[in-house]
Amino acid sequence: MLKIDNLHAGIDGKTILNGLSLTVNAGEVHAIMGPNGAGKSTLSYVLAGRAGYAVTGGSVTFDGQDLLALAPHERAAAGVFLGLQYPVEIPGVSNLMFLRTALNAQRTLRGEKEASGAEFMKLAKAAAEDLGLPYEMLKRSVNQGFSGGEKKRNEMVQMAVLEPKLALLDETDSGLDIDALRVVSEGINRMRSPDRATLLITHYQRLLDYVVPDYVHVLVAGRIVRTGGPELAQELERDGYQSMAA
Amino acid sequence: MTALLPTRKDEAWRYADMAGVARAWPVAPEVIDVAAGEALARLIETDTTPGGASIRHFAIHIAAGGSLTFHILNAGGGYGRVALDVTLDAGAHFELGGVIIAAGEQVLEIVTTVTHAGPGATSNQIIRCVAGGTATATYLGKVAVTRAGQKTDAAQSFKALLLDRGATANAKPELEIFADDVKCAHGATVGELDATALFYLESRGIPPVAARTLLTRAFLSDALASIADDATREAAEARVTAALEPRL
Ligand SMILES: Nc1ncnc2c1ncn2[C@@H]1O[C@H](COP(=O)(O)OP(=O)(O)O)[C@@H](O)[C@H]1O
Ligand SMILES: [Mg+2]
Repeated sequence: MLKIDNLHAGIDGKTILNGLSLTVNAGEVHAIMGPNGAGKSTLSYVLAGRAGYAVTGGSVTFDGQDLLALAPHERAAAGVFLGLQYPVEIPGVSNLMFLRTALNAQRTLRGEKEASGAEFMKLAKAAAEDLGLPYEMLKRSVNQGFSGGEKKRNEMVQMAVLEPKLALLDETDSGLDIDALRVVSEGINRMRSPDRATLLITHYQRLLDYVVPDYVHVLVAGRIVRTGGPELAQELERDGYQSMAA
Repeated sequence: MTALLPTRKDEAWRYADMAGVARAWPVAPEVIDVAAGEALARLIETDTTPGGASIRHFAIHIAAGGSLTFHILNAGGGYGRVALDVTLDAGAHFELGGVIIAAGEQVLEIVTTVTHAGPGATSNQIIRCVAGGTATATYLGKVAVTRAGQKTDAAQSFKALLLDRGATANAKPELEIFADDVKCAHGATVGELDATALFYLESRGIPPVAARTLLTRAFLSDALASIADDATREAAEARVTAALEPRL
């Protein structure tokens, strides 16, 4: 589904990803772990197409097409979803309006029929309930006045409604208390299916107790330095990243 | 009505497009009288004929305990100016929501003088501007409080979004106060669309122009929030969206 080959990328003339390669097949969950500043968020931004990040080498294909050639909204319509480490507040735009506009923009770009008001409301209500976010909160401005945990739940509500093929979740677990972590993990697990894949970017092993990955990769200084199974996360928890230096 | 053409030396005209002024001149003031205790609402939209020049000048008097809610959509044509001269008697209220959407080489202005001539009068002015191209958006807001204007409460808020490097926003609040027990607040900010918010919308599948429209409309909606009638407010928001789309 996703094939990253020898990716070099950076921002403001500074190289951050330094020859990163990774293949994710449909149905798989991969975890990417690494110390602060390793380039985890940069990887997620480059995959989502954020302006300002320059790709200086390598390639990324998604479902056989050149992902890097697509604009951010086209990547979303193709099935890429980025759950942000720091979800953005947008005063004056309600969550419902945002999400409905997004869903219908994606459907239009894919040549599908737009969701009716009733259909959308049903989807949004079900997602909010599953993730323990009061539906009333979705009527407020995007993420405004939301706690850190509510923002992350809101990201998962968006993911549930948009039903992406590939979810890139950047530290979705950080800032969550144990109850919220469980609810968010259930949300991620619900999305697991043979035709979807998930890239869990995390700093801590904690999330991986709930969402058990097929593979764990260690990212240090812009490259993957080790790959293993879930046991690698435990090893990292015990020994830290120091021992992994490339 | 004065037949004499103003010049840019005159503070109230310093950012005006003088060729446009000459074309729109002379200007007959439109009079609005709000009777004591009466509540009125007005919404005006400037002439949007491409390249046109229009000046609207309102002479407004709000008698004791009366109130006027006034909204302006100023989006064109070449030069568009709305000037309000408002006098408030005791306990009167003036509420202004102004939207300026300027693109290309447009010069669009809202100029107000609000005189608190009696005690306990209140005024609130919210102006939101979007300017692109090499357009100029200007808000000149003067609040005058006479000796009789004790317990005046006057507020002005101006915010502008610049969409391009060449665009200009001017804001000049001016206070002239002859009473000692008054509250006058004003704030002005000029900024750009939030790149992080734009990316967030796009990353969810919203195309760039729609994302910019959504953010800009939300920014401008502050100025329309005080339209009490839902249908009128929604119609005004639709007009704003229609004016924005070709400009983003
Ligand atoms: N806008 C930027 N300009 C310059 N350097 C940046 C910028 N954003 C991030 N960096 C640097 O890139 C490196 C990787 O950052 P990031 O991808 O956020 O790491 P992580 O998510 O793994 O903590 C860090 O050294 C960080 O300081
Ligand atoms: Mg990060």
